[in-house]
Amino acid sequence: MIEVVDAVKTFTVRRRAGLLRRARTTVRAVDGVSFQVARGEFVGYLGPNGAGKSTTIKMLTGILTPSSGTVRVCGMDPARQRTALARRIGVVFGQRTTLWWDLPLRDSLALVRRLYRVPAGAHRERLAELTGLLELEPFLDTPVRQLSLGQRMRGDLAAALLHAPDLLVLDEPTIGLDVVSKATVRGFLERLNSERGTTILLTTHDLGDIERLCRRVLVIDHGRLAYDGSLERLRATVDAGRMLVVDLERPGPPVEVPGVAVERVDGPRQWLRLPRSVNAAAVVAALAARYAIADITLREADIEDVLARLYRGDHSYEGDPLAR
Amino acid sequence: MAWYGFRRHSAYPLSALAEATANVAFGFIRAFVLIALWNARPSLGGYDATDAVTFCFLTQALIGPVQIFGGLELTRRIRDGDVAVDLHRPVDLQGWWLADDLARAAATLLLRGGPPLVAGALAFPLRLPGPGALAAFGVALLLAVLVSFGLRYLVALAVFWVHDDRGLSSAALVMGMFFSGMIVPLVAFPGWLGEAARALPWAALIQVPADVFLGKRTGADLLAALGFQAAWAVALLGAGRAVTAAVRRRLVIHGG
Repeated sequence: MIEVVDAVKTFTVRRRAGLLRRARTTVRAVDGVSFQVARGEFVGYLGPNGAGKSTTIKMLTGILTPSSGTVRVCGMDPARQRTALARRIGVVFGQRTTLWWDLPLRDSLALVRRLYRVPAGAHRERLAELTGLLELEPFLDTPVRQLSLGQRMRGDLAAALLHAPDLLVLDEPTIGLDVVSKATVRGFLERLNSERGTTILLTTHDLGDIERLCRRVLVIDHGRLAYDGSLERLRATVDAGRMLVVDLERPGPPVEVPGVAVERVDGPRQWLRLPRSVNAAAVVAALAARYAIADITLREADIEDVLARLYRGDHSYEGDPLAR
Repeated sequence: MAWYGFRRHSAYPLSALAEATANVAFGFIRAFVLIALWNARPSLGGYDATDAVTFCFLTQALIGPVQIFGGLELTRRIRDGDVAVDLHRPVDLQGWWLADDLARAAATLLLRGGPPLVAGALAFPLRLPGPGALAAFGVALLLAVLVSFGLRYLVALAVFWVHDDRGLSSAALVMGMFFSGMIVPLVAFPGWLGEAARALPWAALIQVPADVFLGKRTGADLLAALGFQAAWAVALLGAGRAVTAAVRRRLVIHGG
């Protein structure tokens, strides 16, 4: 469905260097990325801000031309066959809307039907189905400018799917949504992928989306692919360890336990990092034998910790979210 | 597509009414200035005072349809990056915005075209066209909208390069106001300045349709007038096509 081989996208940035002179620098937004996505996959595409996610998506959808390398989507060259490809894919931007501000949602969707040349019968059927799944009925006749963010996002999803695309590209679809709206959108995407077999590429900073939906994760950082594989293997690859938070009876110097480093001390509270190889029960027993302890908690690294360590690409503990 | 554009641009009739009121008020101000001018210089540029007053209220009615103050929604969409959404649609960018602009022109002609002419006709004797001149005027107006779109589309696309449109838009506004005949009819421009002004594309926006309306251009001269507009429309839309292709090659979407 998607085939990217050694894709590079460079931008030239002009900077003021003196009164009239401009210095040109070349920025490699995407720097030799290769991956494939098969039909029916649900892939999460992650990376910190400015890593090259949006640029990759724009190359996949044909609005940016790669500087070098090849990109093929649905068997087409996106930059050359942009309009033909647009009929085969759906795109949703969490931060932008494809609907028309001044028209009721129903008319916006009717206009989308014209744009994608969907036959009237097929349109009626799909609109009815999407209306049911996304619960659009209560606001179908409301102008888009009056919709809440959650309603608008469901409307945008419907607009992207009316032409039954093979591939759905989502750019932060749950940004700014409340818990209930998020759950609706996630549930819908899950069904779309499992029942319809629609291939989905999801870009998000909401790791809840990823944990709930994606079997495969791509991580891009500094324009390069930093990880490609399952979420479980990602956790295992990047050992973020566990954090033991100990509250002593009274403030004291850092505790001493063999094989464990004290990360931080704040009054009577101390943070100890436990590598996977260390038995937490043994550490707790050793602490209890030597010190007067008021309370103890153990935090497992979650996906955010794993990614924070991967994005930084090093193993320094400074500013580690686990140590907060 | 154009029908939905029409719906979109006629969604706020009260706002259109307010704009039409402003157009009427300024029509009276301009009319008195022009009357004073033609009293001092009768038959200036082949117009009499009635022609000048008719020109005034007609062109007030055309402000909306030919969007003489400039601007295209696309400009904002390029500046804040929403153009990415337009580029993800299975349509040609220029054709898409042209359809929208024709719809906008039709909606504003209906909502804002009438009041200035009616108000002017109530207060002054106006020179109104017969059915033939009216039909020719319809063609001239359509061509004027195409030229206007061609100019505004190029200004909008320039934002891909200059990143902020304010300087360019102000320059385009000044050129448009002055060289279209909106401030003083171009027939009153003397010598080489008049020759130049009448050859520039802005003349196709206001001066040419107004001359056709007033019956100043007939027969072969009428065809020459429409040909002048059509030539500019083709040239500007062609330039727009070429720039669209260039944009696709070096595109940077603002705001990620």
